[in-house]
Amino acid sequence: MRATAAICKRELIAYFSTPLAYVFIVIFLALTGAVTFYFGAFFDRGQADLQVFFSFHPWLYLFLIPAVGMRLWAEERKTGTIELLMTLPVSTTHAVIGKFLASWIFAAIALAFTFPIWITVNYLGEPDNGVIVAGYIASLLMAGAFLSIGCFVSALTRNQVIAFVIAAAVCFVFMMSGLELVLAAFKGWAPDFVVDLIASLSFLTHFEGIIKGVLDIRDVIYLVSAMVIFLFANRLVIDLKRGD
Amino acid sequence: MSEMLQVRELTKRFGALTAVDNISLTVDRGEVLGFLGPNGAGKSTTMKMVTGFLPPTSGTAEVCGFDVIRDPIEVKRRVGYLPEGAPLYEDMTPLAFLNFVSEVRGTAAADRADAIERAAGLINIGEVMHQPIGTLSKGYKRRVGLAQAIIHDPEVLILDEPTDGLDPNQKHEVRELISKMAEDKAIVISTHLLEEVEAVCTRAAIISRGKIVTDGAPETLLAQSRYHNAVSLRIGVGQAEAVTAALEAVEDIDRIEAAERDTQSARLIAVPANGRTILPRVTEALRANGLSVYEISAERGRLDEVFRTLTVGDRGAGEER
Repeated sequence: MRATAAICKRELIAYFSTPLAYVFIVIFLALTGAVTFYFGAFFDRGQADLQVFFSFHPWLYLFLIPAVGMRLWAEERKTGTIELLMTLPVSTTHAVIGKFLASWIFAAIALAFTFPIWITVNYLGEPDNGVIVAGYIASLLMAGAFLSIGCFVSALTRNQVIAFVIAAAVCFVFMMSGLELVLAAFKGWAPDFVVDLIASLSFLTHFEGIIKGVLDIRDVIYLVSAMVIFLFANRLVIDLKRGD
Repeated sequence: MSEMLQVRELTKRFGALTAVDNISLTVDRGEVLGFLGPNGAGKSTTMKMVTGFLPPTSGTAEVCGFDVIRDPIEVKRRVGYLPEGAPLYEDMTPLAFLNFVSEVRGTAAADRADAIERAAGLINIGEVMHQPIGTLSKGYKRRVGLAQAIIHDPEVLILDEPTDGLDPNQKHEVRELISKMAEDKAIVISTHLLEEVEAVCTRAAIISRGKIVTDGAPETLLAQSRYHNAVSLRIGVGQAEAVTAALEAVEDIDRIEAAERDTQSARLIAVPANGRTILPRVTEALRANGLSVYEISAERGRLDEVFRTLTVGDRGAGEER
């Protein structure tokens, strides 16, 4: 436990010791603002809620989150520090969790900086703050699910660019699997239950359920289990690919 | 228990390549084992398996009674390890880095500062504690790596090329440090600097193509040299022939080699047959022939020659992994 905390702390400090953290936070805030006000027509809707704000998060996460996760393991492999880390008395599981938590906390910090829009909407009208809290939870869970994919892919390679591209592609597939674009490819020939299964795998379906204010425990469980599965895969990859 | 490190029939294969082939070793408290071998012989791979980084294909290693396969965490707690090339988190300062290592190692917060101060003092990195590791010289980086390995005062210390990249003064310091720590620890160092073996090791194991070809005290290794007990003579240039003639009559001399010469003197080496002691007979023969020499000494043997003989043909066996 103490080792997990130490690794998490080190990784978190590492984010802020490079420009990555600041670039990420600034770009994330600029883009959330831009898409909410321009594409989302935040003012024209005339509704005191943050639904448009949240509905763009998965699309931003799609290319921003892989950038947060890409260095976690790829860099350790490239510089050889993985040998140092894995010969310290810490289990692979604890190391994997420590690194993932650091990246998740970092994403949470970036998300927390969007608070002005919450204040704005409360100033302009009387939104249902419960729905907004649910939206933040959904957004955080979505970031966590994407990050677990990012961690897993980062463990597969020593090249951060490859880690970024593959993670973004995998995230895209998981996100889109609920949309017509993907489902149409199956509907013609696959039995209904297969189509339903693929649709139910979509991060987006579960995400949108929550931001509408329906904090269904099944959606939460889905996103959390996605994290657990990818982190477990991450652990396996680290154990199997030590020497490479 | 004095056997702190026990390696049993350790084997590692990478596909068709057998990097480490059935190695067995024990290292006791107070011993410094020098692990010698050409690049690619399997030194680093062995160390990686003993420290629990790489899983062995077969065989195992035990540290203080804990098996590296069954209790990797317990083994890692008791081992200080400097990986090859001393990889470090370059964005951190040595202070932050050492703090991180002792935190992961579970040192209580109150004791951490003392542990760091002790290690930094021993390794002499006090003046760079607040500079990012990435900006430090190679020598300092290596020393930060060493400090990391000894921060928890481990019982077993495994150092992969600890003096690589250090200048002669720093090498000397590190060797002194190793000798000083050897009393209550079992230490394994890998090196390809043969003088290092004579300077710090109580035992040397030469590994070639993944197998241990010899394991013994440096003196035993030296005794295997053709030059063990050879007599080296420095004589006047004009006397070379007379001395050679006189020595040829001495029994037990295998042959006489001419070594370097300059304008005034020449050096001859009388190589004994089967490493016998010939110095008394040589001096006697010189006296009997009324010859004088500038310098005369018996050689202990040449480690580089033993090394070459035992590992010859090993080149190109694959990169060190």
